[in-house]
Amino acid sequence: MKSVDGQAQRRKVLRALATGVCLLVIRPATATPESLAAALRETFGDRPITPGRVKLELPRLAENGNVVPVTVTVDSPMTEQDYCERIYIFSELNPLPRVLEVQLGPYNGRARISSRIRVGTSQKMSAVAVMNDGSIWSAAVDIEVTVSGCGL
Amino acid sequence: MSDLGPARVRMPETAKRGDAVEVRTMITHPMESGFRLNNVGQPIPRHIVQSFTCTYGGKEVFRAKLHPSVSTNPYFVFYVVATQSADLIFTWSDDRGGVATYTAHLTVND
Repeated sequence: MKSVDGQAQRRKVLRALATGVCLLVIRPATATPESLAAALRETFGDRPITPGRVKLELPRLAENGNVVPVTVTVDSPMTEQDYCERIYIFSELNPLPRVLEVQLGPYNGRARISSRIRVGTSQKMSAVAVMNDGSIWSAAVDIEVTVSGCGL
Repeated sequence: MSDLGPARVRMPETAKRGDAVEVRTMITHPMESGFRLNNVGQPIPRHIVQSFTCTYGGKEVFRAKLHPSVSTNPYFVFYVVATQSADLIFTWSDDRGGVATYTAHLTVND
């Protein structure tokens, strides 16, 4: 009698523990396409983002997501009248949607930057460029990752 | 304690006026994302370089805002138009008050 009760009690405790552990483990560790959309809205407001004029170079297959070379080239003459002001890199599934933001100007001569970034999992990465006339252009690239950007 | 390490900058020492010079930079820094756990399951606090700037003859010519998704030892390549013989000063700042600077001189020939 007592032992049956004790077992039921034990099951209850175990169940509660298991639930607790699951809740602890499953925490929102990745950005979602929604949070990317929110970040885009926060940065660019309701201004239209047009695909084009931006070239995002990433390896199609990254063996190590910790160090992924990235190059963004914007089709801009970079003159006093017409230049690229900012370049952004966004991620869809890293823990945070923002990756990198860069300010440029006519003094750069070329609207081209390279860096190395972490890519947590296979996903779509995007680059967005803001021109001095206020127009916004973008490019997106799919990347596959074999070893995740550890801890991201 | 900040973990900003030595900086490395690679760029030509001389350039022709009007040419876009390629500047390659890297700084030693763990760029701890804040999303990793240590061996007893506790989160490792975030520790990242937050900003990187470059001035040329006192004028800012490059500014980057970094987020945790930038790799360990942040690396940047960008271009600057050679207009005058002057110093390029590179500055990295991290979220624990660490600041590292590096100065390179560019000589411009006509």
